[in-house]
Parts: sequence; C-alpha cells; structure tokens
Amino acid sequence: MPRQLPSSAHPFRLPTGGRIDRSRTLTFRFDGVAYTGHPGDTLASALLACGVRQVATSIKLGRARGVFGVGSEEPNALVRIEAPYAEAMVTATTVELCEGLVAFGLPGRGRLPDGPDPARYDAVYAHCDVLVVGAGPAGLAAALAAARTGARVVLADENGELGGSLLGRGAADDWGARARDELAGFPQTRVLRRTTVFGYYDDNYLLALERRTAHLGAAAPAHVSRERVWRIRAGRVVLATGAHERPIAFADNDRPGVMLASAARAYVHRFGVAPGRRAVVFTACDSGYPAALDLAAAGTEVAAIVDARPQAGLWAQRARDAGLPVRAGHAVTGTSGDPCLTSVAVRELRDGEPTGPVAVVDADTLLVSGGWNPTVHLFSQAGGTLRHDPARVAFVPRECRQAVEVVGSAAGAFTLAECVADGARAGARAANREATEADLGHVLAPPPDPDDIGGGAPPVPLWLVPGPDEPRTHFVDLQRDVTVADLRRATGAGLSGVEHLKRYTTAGTAHDQGRTSGVLTTGVAAHLLGVEVSALGTTTYRPPYTPVPFAALAGRDRGALHDPVRVTALHDQHLARDAVFENVGQWKRPWYYPLAGEDMAAAVARECRAAREGVAFMDASTLGKIDVQGADAGVFLDRLYTNMISTLKPGRIRYGVMCRADGMVLDDGTVLRTADDRFLVTTTTGNAAAVLDWMEEWLQTEWPQLRVHCASVTEQWATVALVGPRSRDVLSALAPQLPSSSDDFPFMAWRDTRVAGVAARVCRISFSGELAYEINVPPWYAPHVWEAIARAGAPYGITPYGTETMHVLRAEKGYPVVGQDTDGTVTPQDLGLGWAVSAKKRDFVGKRSHARADTARPDRKQLVALLPDDRHTLLPEGGQVVADAPLPAPPVPMLGHITSSYRSTALGRTFALALVRGGRERVGQRIYVPVGSVLVPVTVAEPVLYDPEGARRDG
Amino acid sequence: MSAGTRPPGADLPEHPDHLWREPDPKRSYDVVIVGGGGHGLATAHYLARAHGITNVAVLERGWLAGGNMARNTTIIRSNYLWDESAAVYEFALKLWEGLEAELDYPLLFSQRGVLNLAHSLQDVRDSVRRVEANRLGGIDAEWLDADGVREVCPIVDISPAARYPVLGGTYQPRAGIAKHDHVAWALARSADAAGVDLIQGCEVTGIDVRGGRVTGVRTTRGSIAAGRVALCAAGHTSVLAAMAGFELPLQSHPLQALVSELLEPVHPTVVMSNAVHVYVSQAHKGELVMGAGIDAYTAYTQRGAFHVVERQMAAALELFPVFARAHVLRTWGGIVDVTPDASPIVGRSPVAGLYLNCGWGTGGFKATPGAGAILAHTVAHDEPHPLARPFSLDRFTTGALVDEHGAAAVAH
Ligand SMILES: Cc1cc2nc3c(=O)[nH]c(=O)nc-3n(C[C@H](O)[C@H](O)[C@H](O)COP(=O)(O)OP(=O)(O)OC[C@H]3O[C@@H](n4cnc5c(N)ncnc54)[C@H](O)[C@@H]3O)c2cc1C
Repeated sequence: MPRQLPSSAHPFRLPTGGRIDRSRTLTFRFDGVAYTGHPGDTLASALLACGVRQVATSIKLGRARGVFGVGSEEPNALVRIEAPYAEAMVTATTVELCEGLVAFGLPGRGRLPDGPDPARYDAVYAHCDVLVVGAGPAGLAAALAAARTGARVVLADENGELGGSLLGRGAADDWGARARDELAGFPQTRVLRRTTVFGYYDDNYLLALERRTAHLGAAAPAHVSRERVWRIRAGRVVLATGAHERPIAFADNDRPGVMLASAARAYVHRFGVAPGRRAVVFTACDSGYPAALDLAAAGTEVAAIVDARPQAGLWAQRARDAGLPVRAGHAVTGTSGDPCLTSVAVRELRDGEPTGPVAVVDADTLLVSGGWNPTVHLFSQAGGTLRHDPARVAFVPRECRQAVEVVGSAAGAFTLAECVADGARAGARAANREATEADLGHVLAPPPDPDDIGGGAPPVPLWLVPGPDEPRTHFVDLQRDVTVADLRRATGAGLSGVEHLKRYTTAGTAHDQGRTSGVLTTGVAAHLLGVEVSALGTTTYRPPYTPVPFAALAGRDRGALHDPVRVTALHDQHLARDAVFENVGQWKRPWYYPLAGEDMAAAVARECRAAREGVAFMDASTLGKIDVQGADAGVFLDRLYTNMISTLKPGRIRYGVMCRADGMVLDDGTVLRTADDRFLVTTTTGNAAAVLDWMEEWLQTEWPQLRVHCASVTEQWATVALVGPRSRDVLSALAPQLPSSSDDFPFMAWRDTRVAGVAARVCRISFSGELAYEINVPPWYAPHVWEAIARAGAPYGITPYGTETMHVLRAEKGYPVVGQDTDGTVTPQDLGLGWAVSAKKRDFVGKRSHARADTARPDRKQLVALLPDDRHTLLPEGGQVVADAPLPAPPVPMLGHITSSYRSTALGRTFALALVRGGRERVGQRIYVPVGSVLVPVTVAEPVLYDPEGARRDG
Repeated sequence: MSAGTRPPGADLPEHPDHLWREPDPKRSYDVVIVGGGGHGLATAHYLARAHGITNVAVLERGWLAGGNMARNTTIIRSNYLWDESAAVYEFALKLWEGLEAELDYPLLFSQRGVLNLAHSLQDVRDSVRRVEANRLGGIDAEWLDADGVREVCPIVDISPAARYPVLGGTYQPRAGIAKHDHVAWALARSADAAGVDLIQGCEVTGIDVRGGRVTGVRTTRGSIAAGRVALCAAGHTSVLAAMAGFELPLQSHPLQALVSELLEPVHPTVVMSNAVHVYVSQAHKGELVMGAGIDAYTAYTQRGAFHVVERQMAAALELFPVFARAHVLRTWGGIVDVTPDASPIVGRSPVAGLYLNCGWGTGGFKATPGAGAILAHTVAHDEPHPLARPFSLDRFTTGALVDEHGAAAVAH
C-alpha cells in the first residue's frame, strides 16, 4: 500500500479552484513512486500538482521531457499503464486519474502488455441529421441551434465534460452550464462524452471512439464494454474542433517546464494546479497575456512577458497595469536547467534576428504561444482543402465536397462572440429547418469573454528564433526529436516539399501525428527555403485523428464471432457421434467419426467400407443451394453453365460446370429443374456465396433484361446423403411409397415424397459411384430424419461418414473437387469434363477463352491418377511431379502437382489425383514425386480407378 | 529509465546530405519514363548504370516516390507459385541482396523471413505445393507445422481453439522488408548523379504517336519529345494507355495500410495470412505495419473504406492477441493496378517505342530492382528481357496466363 501523503505532497496544488473533487483522494504510482491526486485530475495534472516535472525521455536524444500540453495534442508526456489495465502507450494528459493507477514514463516507445485482453469492445451505428464535433462554445451553440429545430443531433466531445476551451479559460461557467442543461432536455439529441471523432469518410460517414469505463478504473463494471466505436452517418456535419496552440523553435525549447500557454492556463482553471512558481511567457500573439494574468492571479510570479511583436497593443497595457513586466519586441533565445528549467535567456528581436545583450531571467516555467493552428484534421480527412490566412497566421478551411461546415476557432474565429454566433448559425443551417431569431436568441447571446478586451494586436508569424549556436536543440517536433538543424539538412539535400521533408526528418510521424509540430515544420522549412508558408502547405492529415486501440476496432468480431461459425441442423447429431470437425468455409463439417481407439485412417477405412459394401450416410447440408426463378431462368443458366441446362425436364437433374470469362472452372454442381421457370442450383460448400455473387453480377451489370431472380436457400434445406448398395433398402423402409426401381426413379431424377413421415425431396445423385440418394428436408425435421435413417439402417450396419471419406470415395471415381483439384487455372477439358462443355451452344461464359491458343493446347495440365509403385506409400498432397530421376540441379522442370491423395480400401492401395502436363498422353508412364530427399516412382493412370464402367450406380 | 541505455531511436541510419537536383525539363530526351515511383526510378538507375543511357527524364506528377512507393508495407519475398513469377521475384531478391552496396545507401533491408499461415486443409495443400515448387525451383522455402510457426514467431496464437486455427505455414528465411523511402531515394540519387533528370510536379497529359510510333509526351510543364517512353505509373497506367490509344486489362483499386505507435520489439518476422486476412511486420523504428486486401470497388482516389480496416484489426487480434492495446496511429491508401491473373505486364505495347511495366498490383515493391533492371533491358534493346517474356500483354489473347491467385492469394 502506498503510504498516505501529507497535503504538502501536492506542492503545486492551488488552495481553491479547478474542476476536481477535493473531497476524495486517489492514490496512484508513477515510475514506482506513490502519489495522490483527486477525481477530475488527469495523470498529467496530478503529476504537476505533485511537482513531478520530468515525465519521459525523448526518443533519439534521450533528453528529459515534461508535460507540454493539456490534451490529445501532448507531444511529450508518453506513459505506459500497468493498472487498472495495461496500455502500451498513451499520453499522461489524456489519462483520467483513477484509484490504483500504475504508470511509467516512456522513451517514445511503448511496451505491449503480455497476453490477451479480456475486456469487451463493441460498435454501434447511429444516424443523425446533424453531427456536431466538439463541445466548446461553437459546438455547443451549433448543437443547441440544431436541436431547437427538432433535428436529430449527435454532439461528441473527447473530454469527460462539455465546454471545450471554456473550461480551460475558466470562462462562461453559467453559459456553458445552461447550454448543457438545455441540450439534456432534447430527446432527439445524443451527447457523447469521452468520445473522439477520429475518422471522416465519404458520404458523411464518421467514426468515433467512446471511452466508457477507463476513467472508472478498477470499479468499471465488467459487463460494460470498455470502448465503443460509433459508426455515424450524418446528414450534415458541423466541425467545431477548436484550435491547438503552436510552439516556437528556439534553443533548448524542450526542457521540462516549457509548456504551451493555453495548457498552463488550463491546469490552473480545470485542475487547480499551478504550473510553476515563477514563469516567463513567450508569445507571438495576444494569447500569452491572459495566460500570464491568470497565472499571476493564481499566485505564480510572472517574471516577464516576452512578446515578439514590437507593438504589443492593449493587452500589454493590461499586463503592465497588473504589474507584469512586458518586453515587447523581444524573444526567448534559450533556456537552462539540469534538466528542468531554471532560467530563460531573452534578447531583443530585430528583423527576426536576436540582437543586443542577453538577459537571463530565473524561472521554472516558460509559457509559449506561437499562435494557433485551427484543428482541421477531420475537415482534411473529409477531402476539404485549406488556405493560408496570413492575417491569422493559420491554415484555415477552404472548401469541401461533403456536407460539412467548420465553425469557431477551427475556422479561424478567435473571439468567443464570433465562435458562438458562427456555431449557432451553422447549427441551424445544418438542421435545414426554419429556426427563428427568437429560437436562437439565447444561444446567440454570447457569454462574457474574459479574453475579449475590445481590440488586440494582430499575431505575427514567428517560427524560429535563430542562434545562439547551430540549431541542434531548436526542436520542431518534440516527440520525434526533430530540430531546425535536421530540417536544414533536409532542405540542403535538395528537398523542397513538406512530404519529403517529413520523411527525411520524420517530423510529424509520431504518436501525436504532428499536432503541435506540423505547421511549425512548414513555417521553419518555408523560412529555410525562402518561400511563402502558403506555397509549402501542410502534409496530408490522415485518419485516425487520435490513436485508436486495435481491440476497439476489432470489437466483438473475435473468437467464434470472427467470421461467425455456421453449423448445420444436424450438428448435435454429429457431436453425439463424436465427430471430428473440419472448417470448410465458415462451416463446421464432420471430418470423420472415430470410434473408441480408432485413429483417422482406421475410421476412414471403416466408413469407406460401409459406403462401398453396405450403407453409409453423411450430412450434405452445407452444399450451396440457389433458387433461380423467372421466365428467362433457362436462358440465364445456359449462359453461365458450359453445358445445356434449358433442355432439362422438370423432375430431372443435370450436373453442370461454370467457368470464369477466362475459361477456367469456377464451380460445379447439380441443377434440379423444379418447374418450367424454376431451377435449384447447388454449389460447392465454399463457393455458395461466390456463385450467388457471380449470378448477381451478370444479371445486374450485363444482362439486366433477363427476367430472373436468384435467392440463396442453402439453409432452407437439410440434406442427408444415403450411400451404398443397401441404401435402397434403408430408404424403402422410410419411404415405402417411393418407387424403388431405376426405371421408375432413375439416376439423376428427383421426387417429392415423404421420408420418415416428413415432406422430403429425394434426389438420385451420387458423388461416390454407389447407388445413392440425397434426402432434403426442412432443417427443423432434420434430426428426426437423421435418427430415423440411423434406426432403419441399423440392420445393415449403417455408418455415418465425414468429408474425408466423401473425398476418398469421389477420388476413387476420379470426380474432381473444385478448389482442391482445381486452382483457377484448370479448364473443364483439363479435368476430363469436356463432355460437359456444349459444342452446340452459341455462347456461354468462358467459351471464347476455350478457343485461345494456350487454352486449346493439347499438352495442358490434365487431371490423372498416380499410382505409387509401393502400394503403401501415401503421396503428399501438394507434392510436385517430375519426369526424370535423378533430379537435375535447380531449377528443376516440374510437370504438375498432386491435388488429392488417399489410402483406398476398395483398391487395396494408396493413390493420388494430380494435374500433370500432357497427363492423358502419359497414362502408363513412370514419373516421380520428390518427397524430402527421395524420389517416389509412380505410374500415371486414368483418373477413374474404381468401377470405371459405372456398374454400381443403380445398385 | 536506467542510465546508460541508448534511447530507442538513437541508432537508426540517417539520409545523406545530398539527394538530387531539381532540373527543369529539357525539350527532348532519348528515354522518358512516366512515373517517379520505385519502378520508374529503378528503371532510370539501370538504364544509366547498366546500359549507359543517361539522356533520360523521369516525369512525376506529384512528389518523387509519393505514390504506392511511399505507401506500401515493404514485404519482399520470392516464394511465388509459378516458375515464371518465382524467377522474376527471385531475380529481384538477388538484386536486393546486393542493393545496399550497389547504391551505397542504408536501405534497412532486413531478411527476417516471411511466414504465410495455413488455416485449413486446403491452405495446407496449397502451402506444401508452393514450398515443393520453390525448393525444386531453387528458392529457399520451408513448410512449418504450428509449433514450427510459433518457434519463428512466438506471438502468433496457435491455439487449436482459435476460430481458424493455425495448421502451419510456409516460411522463406531470405524474405523480409526494407525501408521504402530509402530505397526510392537511393535509386533517385543514383539516377540523378548519372545525369538523369528527375522532374517533379510534371503530369503527363498526352502521348504523341505518329505512324504507330511514340514521339513524345505532353505534360503540365510543356511538350517533351522522346525516342522511347516507358510507363511506370502503377495505378494510373490504364489512364496513360488510353492517351496512347489502347486498353489494358487493368483494374485500379484502393489498397489500404496502417501503422501503430512505436513499440518495443515483439514481432521478429513478417506474418501473412489469407484466411484470417492480414499481414504484419514490425518496422525498424518499432511500429507495427499492417495491411490486408484491396477495397472491392475500383477507384482512383487514394482513400479506402473504414470497414476494411476494422475487419483487418479483428484478424490481427485473432492471430496476435498481444496486439489488443496497440493503437492505430495512421491509415492511408494507395491505388493498385490489378490484372486478371494477378501477375504483372512487362514488355512492348501496341505502340512502337512505348513500353509497359504495370499490373504489379499489391505486390510490386518487392520487384522494384528487378522490374527496373528488366524494363531497362527491354527499353535499351527494344526486346523483352527473357524474364519478361511470360508477362507480355498478349498472354491475355493467347490465354497463357500466369495465375497467382490460387496459391499466393495474398500477393503482397
Ligand atoms: C497499401 C499498399 C501496400 C503494399 N504492400 C506491398 C508489399 O508489402 N510488398 C510489395 O511488394 N508491394 C506492395 N505494394 C505494391 C507496391 O507498392 C506497388 O506494386 C509498387 O510500388 C508499384 O510500383 P511503383 O513504386 O513504381 O509505383 P508508384 O510509386 O505508385 O509510382 C507510380 C508513379 O506514377 C505517377 N504517375 C501516375 N500518372 C502519371 C502521369 N500521368 N504523369 C506523371 N506521373 C504519373 C504517380 O504519381 C506515381 O508516383 C503495396 C501497395 C499498397 C498501396
């Protein structure tokens, strides 16, 4: 247990103020030391309150670094979290303090926690008329104006509290509170706190990450998802994303104690923390002054306000009136400290060059304001373009093809009144409903603005304070340790564009994606190249706006829900019979059913024997089934299949092959004609969706005139294959009314009947060469029918079999399996299925390609059987086939490869199917299969090894 | 921080003090290369260094090597299925092995091996097939079972309880990654030093053809006459072909990639999976670099759709549970030129003097030096390099396709 610290443990905590709950104390550890803070603190504010100045070290140079910002713009204070749950790398400024937090400073590189993350993550969709991003004054005004019209509004802000920059300025508490309360009253408005909109995609599709439990620490309820991705489709978007303050490049501008002026001010107002005891403020715009005044009011001694502008204007007067020393036309030229700041060097600035004597000012804190960068990241992601506004020294939004408006300081407006008016107007416009001035009245009345003193002085562009030495410690990107010297080397190497400069120096590529460094890089580079800032532009802002955890994006799409498992209606039957399963596409299919003590080979041999000698049954439900209906269904299928389908009679079945446009086999299966205008197409298990897509693609893009509709009915039927010489006996027992003779119920016919009392469609088709039936029933009757078959077959020793036995049986017959014996480079002719390719049809998909020179070559790779000389040698599937022994030196010419390889009980030997160059010509020849270091001799054979006459099919 | 340890970013190599000139285009060149990506720059380098042809311009519409070259995930391997492809990629891999020395530039070429995982019985068959073909072809290749996979990459989850358990994988030890910018800039520096003009911000807007022969190009920086023109425009090649009056069997798709924040080393190799679709390596700086499949729709915008990224993250966590609290830092997209057989088109075009190098799709980074050498040879001799012959445009007429979908399906 960390010991309880006395209150002097918070030497920098102000006696009052801040939006923290001082009635409660939280304990936490940082770099192994115990500290305390309060609810409402961030890790950064708590560390500052405790006087911890150095938080991390820098990535390349190992320099000490402290807290520099206050939110997601933080470039320095990277930490790793160990408790309450592990985080590889986050910024201390975005970690809300919770009891028991354990964190460590990082040298710019994170550490992944070991092991998996048990937390839950999820995603939801939201639709709204208006999405407002950012709940500062402009965003609140926009959301209110839109909500008052009755529009569906979503307002998202990355902070736990609404108010944006108001919070950090201690401004407009009443106004903000009123706005928050009113928003809460609109049932159509959804306010998302701790929610960062991080991606802006086409058609106003935005992504946001809501952090739901992190701030609760160990008290987070386990059933609530830790983080949630919001997928938001918005009619219109109002971006009120604010602005980030910009640093200035001067010597040793990276010491702990150097901080953005706005951040220092926010620590006072939001957290009741004084950033230091004695501060210097260095500014190139008015923003340094209110920060200085606020700090002074909070008790920090302001040793000097160093204003780069010679004419500092009204604000300087205010400061002087308050007794703060102002040095206009001066600049900070360097800092000292070991490593934390102890003093600041100040010189006069003349034409951008420091001149005259150096004044050394003791200070533990240096506030910097180089001006403001509107937060245009989401706008850029949306495809928006930027322009440089020299008056504001800022890149501001220009135009965008999407339905988006940027308001407030994100658009370059810097007074509260402007922001509120801007926001309210945009909100009403976005809602696209009539909103009266009266409606907007309250909103439009801006709150009192402590920063608006009725006239300031314009900002000046100040990127770089040269000297005193080589600019090797003039940091541009603190996180990447990129200095002005690095940029100078890059421009000297011949580079003149921001993208190249970024890549040469790595500026802007770190955790903060150049939030504070991006525009500064442009400014310094423009200075070095002697070009306008506007000519150089910025690098492209890319999603995400802030880093997003992998786990949040993966959401619930994990484990069994990752590509959700599909099981058939007979899954419990298979479990009860101890099936071993195989993944086939998304399906779990029984692979084999081992009996006690059996290995796979023994089980498969037993299953094969049952099918060949008695009767066996399998679950064939996973085969794809597509209902093809319409007046042109026959025409359509004639175009897709290589053979003729339209001549099929109702009640009959035909085997067919589909090719791609290049003539290669796409899929095969049987087609049942169920009516004049209706067919049931079956596909291979893995290709069911692809074939339906294929049909739709042709129908929708090439042949929209055909009157055809297709629907997947795979799961409308459960299918049991009943196979073997005794299959007729079993079926007769269950469907006595079904004709048993082959004359009345011939091969390749189907009948609607009843099996075991259930309406069923029975097909006489065979994938084994044996007498066989496929019994199709509605899935909810499938277990009943399966068990009935098992009982009826018991006298014959009926045996369930899995996919492995199915494969052995079909391979013995030389039946190819698409995707195993084909790979997208195999024509029907190569498979010996030339008989299924119509010579008569005028056209079908793939026909033209079959006539191409290479596709028509006689020595293509053809499907043949391979018989190892040694009847027990099982050839490896995937093994290559070569013509000669011994092997020549590589590259060895290869004839083809083994696609399927099995032990056959029926043949009493092993065998394989292979695609072999000129294979049919080679029947009877000896060729070789390299296996490890040996060459296995094999003989090429016709692919049909079992019952080549087809005598067994009718039983 | 313990004293004395080097900061993690301290020892990465820097770029040199001089890279290239920024010349204005001349009125005419012996050879104009359209597209200043890796392939265009490599072609210029080899034209100059291997064939002594230096009156050459590389015309780039944006910034040099800012297309796919700046956007790819830098996987280099040669374990392709078919002899023709394996030969080209192995030729390139051998060049990679000497490239740092040849260019005198730190390319961060790291032969850390590439694992392609198998998750189904068919994946296993396809993998064994490819390994066997590679070995007979003289390319280093191994089939590893699940434990073997874990030995190479301990953070891969090989639990049999996984949705699609890892059944094994192919491994090419000589495969690996390199740093794309370094490669492009090294080639550019070499070409520039040999006198090649690298011209940026110069978009080719027309191709002049007279009597069936190319005579020059029109650009946003004026007309430029050229004896020969080589197209190295990746995702925009079909646009350029249309300017010259012919069509190519190419579809241009967005392909996205992303990186995490910098992390301490956890991932020693490159892992690719097709069934659990993602591929991942950890770059020298420490970021996880990952990608997956192309966006399904065709487009010329370098933007993808976000569900593709979400899907890819789910796949990444299935394979690497330890990545859960890594963060996506930056995502982006390139435009890849995809052919019907997932193999490139290299060689002559229907217009005399105009040469094609396209269709590398999702996997052309690894070919960079090879493609450049082969195209330079083809341009210099007006005769396809022997390794390019199987990749001629007319294979789409004869049907002699080199279809790499079947066994290589993740073709990065
Ligand atoms: C996200 C992603 C990941 C990838 N991962 C890998 C991988 O891991 N391994 C791998 O081997 N490959 C990978 N690739 C593929 C690889 O990047 C490309 O195949 C390869 O870069 C293409 O060659 P290139 O470098 O010359 O193309 P590019 O760099 O795209 O060069 C083409 C250039 O032509 C220019 N251009 C186009 N039109 C014109 C015109 N009209 N006038 C002038 N210039 C023009 C473009 O601006 C561009 O700079 C990936 C691709 C992407 C997008």
